[in-house]
Amino acid sequence: MPLKIGAGDVGHIHDHAKETYPEECAGALVGMDTGEMKVVVDVWRAENTHEDERSRRFLIEPLKIKEFEERAQERDMDVLGFYHSHPDHPAEPSEYDREHAWPYYSYVIASVGADNVEDMRSWVLKDDRSGYDEEPIVG
Amino acid sequence: MPKVKIPTPLRQYTSGNSEVEVGGGTAGDALGNLVEEHPDLKQHLYTGDGKLRSFVNVYKGDEDIRYLDGQDTEVSQDDELSIIPSIAGGRCK
Repeated sequence: MPLKIGAGDVGHIHDHAKETYPEECAGALVGMDTGEMKVVVDVWRAENTHEDERSRRFLIEPLKIKEFEERAQERDMDVLGFYHSHPDHPAEPSEYDREHAWPYYSYVIASVGADNVEDMRSWVLKDDRSGYDEEPIVG
Repeated sequence: MPKVKIPTPLRQYTSGNSEVEVGGGTAGDALGNLVEEHPDLKQHLYTGDGKLRSFVNVYKGDEDIRYLDGQDTEVSQDDELSIIPSIAGGRCK
């Protein structure tokens, strides 16, 4: 299913990735699932609360996810997925990402260097957890 | 019967329902019954050796069952269990 993200929200993700470099950033993608497309209406930053190694790990705590879900529902929206950055690394999910992934959610990964976001791609876990399918990002 | 709240990513395995009523006197029993009724949930909640995945959090009301009695946490008719994701990842091992 394509993931529609407007230029403004893409810009927010890029800014977040550059601000936290060389650590990973993370946040939620919020909007509507039309059945044919996930339409991102807003992106919400989350603090990367992983205890250590934040240059290659991120964590969003369950109570934060609960808060995001409730905030989205109040606005008649859903949490469609999450973004995170891979500093100096391709925008592809790692084995570690796959082990921790949930079905349905879109996982947007931004590959970020010292100066720029080099690439941004979106992935969805396969039903049998064996890997990912890439989703097209449309503007 | 206790209710289990299902997070968005798992609702495709519960016929779109955000809440499911299940029998069981403990959190572990309730989750076991949930998975029995909706078998496609199992691989997303449990590892191959039957342990709850580390990023799957189960709350009784506002409390993580890890800080209560874990799977043995007692649940009554009126209790609500919530399955809440934590989101984790990173670039490589």
